[in-house]
Amino acid sequence: MSADAQMISVSGIHKSFDDHHVLKGIDLGIDKGEVVALVGPSGSGKSTLLRCLNLLVIPDRGEMRIGSDRFVFGPGARLPGTRTQANFRANTGMVFQHFNLFPHLSVIENVMEGPRYAKGMGREAAKAKACALLIKVGLQDKAAAKPNQLSGGQKQRVAIARALAMEPAVMLFDEATSALDPELVSEVLSVMRELAAEGMTMIIVTHEMSFARDVADKMIFMRDGQIVEQGSPAEVMDHSKNPSAQSFFSNFRQA
Amino acid sequence: MYIWDFSPLWKYRFLFLEGIWVSIALTAAVIVLGLICGLLGAAGQLSRFRILRWLSWLYIEFFRTTPLLVQLVWVYYALPILSGVELSAISAAVLSLSLYGGSFYAEVIRGGIVSIDPGQSEAGLALGLTPSRVMRRIVLPQAFKRMIPPLMNQSILMFKNTSLVSILAVPDILYQAQRATMDTYRPLEVYTAVALIYVAILLPLTALAKFMERRLKEY
Ligand SMILES: Nc1ncnc2c1ncn2[C@@H]1O[C@H](COP(=O)(O)OP(=O)(O)OP(=O)(O)O)[C@@H](O)[C@H]1O
Ligand SMILES: [Mg+2]
Repeated sequence: MSADAQMISVSGIHKSFDDHHVLKGIDLGIDKGEVVALVGPSGSGKSTLLRCLNLLVIPDRGEMRIGSDRFVFGPGARLPGTRTQANFRANTGMVFQHFNLFPHLSVIENVMEGPRYAKGMGREAAKAKACALLIKVGLQDKAAAKPNQLSGGQKQRVAIARALAMEPAVMLFDEATSALDPELVSEVLSVMRELAAEGMTMIIVTHEMSFARDVADKMIFMRDGQIVEQGSPAEVMDHSKNPSAQSFFSNFRQA
Repeated sequence: MYIWDFSPLWKYRFLFLEGIWVSIALTAAVIVLGLICGLLGAAGQLSRFRILRWLSWLYIEFFRTTPLLVQLVWVYYALPILSGVELSAISAAVLSLSLYGGSFYAEVIRGGIVSIDPGQSEAGLALGLTPSRVMRRIVLPQAFKRMIPPLMNQSILMFKNTSLVSILAVPDILYQAQRATMDTYRPLEVYTAVALIYVAILLPLTALAKFMERRLKEY
């Protein structure tokens, strides 16, 4: 596929925190509807890359395009204004490890927040949309509950509904199941699986290797701020020639 | 052996009532103005601009670290000489108490805001809310709940702090007490009465603050 047909294309992204060089030239192309699993050892820069993709972290250098929004970073490039940044973020849904639901709002208000206050949608329309999404994630009966009355799995499903309410072009998941008790992981994974089946473009940072193998079209292995290996999950997990990838995945096979 | 006799105080009851009224009105004024100073101070501390951070830091630390009594005297006697603006005792009292209280409020407000998990702002930004919307809709409502108990405690202190304005001859409770003392030569009774007045006013308020603290604990 040509570069223009891609949903996301990233080239030469660098990011340092003080003198810690965390992303060292990331190039990445993702097609519409593609599900990408982003894996790698702790500290390899997976979260930082994901956060660059929705501008929670501003890259030092490089180029990024998601849909029709394009940004260039680096010396001489002007930083996008807060309004532009906000519109861009509205187009990329993000799901966090620790849910980050708004505790002062009810479940349904959490889901309505984006449509209401980022898109200016009317109350009734936002409510109808939020209801539909809560049904989709199986939590319609929790609409009036406060987040602290939910289990971890339920919280994460609300967080997914909240992100979907913005109808993003791509969904980013940063270890969405890592903070969950083991018995609650599957309910969240099944929502993600369903999204993937519906053709949502997704980038998933995860340690759930069997899930990644199952759902992902492509796997990207990162180490030390670089993409070391990418391809189908089977290629990356089972047939990599790269020693660091081999040792990383062998740990998972033993576990 | 000292013979306690409160009966001479009875004829000063209106004087005391007047003092109580002045103290309460003064407190109300300096709480409102102090909160405004505090909001500005906190906004300055959290500003993107270094110069504003620096100015608000200077303000907060100056007023927090110098004694209120010194500030009162300085604003009343020294400020007019430096600025040429003559201040009435009441204005000088309101001005310095507001600035003094504001420096403490600023720290409470700033602390409340930064105590909110950064993940909350990130989630708001990730949805596509602008930074100012995130502040108004996500951070402040949560921070405000945490601020209420310390703001109430600080306001209770403000009521006690107003007693210092008697040195500028502002006719508050304490000033009236001094007058009653000079008339009756009964300082022990007078100041006992004053203490009881403060307790009677502040005890219910501290109880209310405690109650609010428990009510607002978490969600
Ligand atoms: N805001 C920040 N300030 C300073 N250093 C940071 C910041 N964010 C990340 N880092 C550093 O960047 C490096 C990469 O972090 P990142 O969170 O991207 O790794 P990760 O691959 O997501 O790891 P994990 O699997 O543990 O989540 C780490 O060494 C981390 O300490
Ligand atoms: Mg991470």
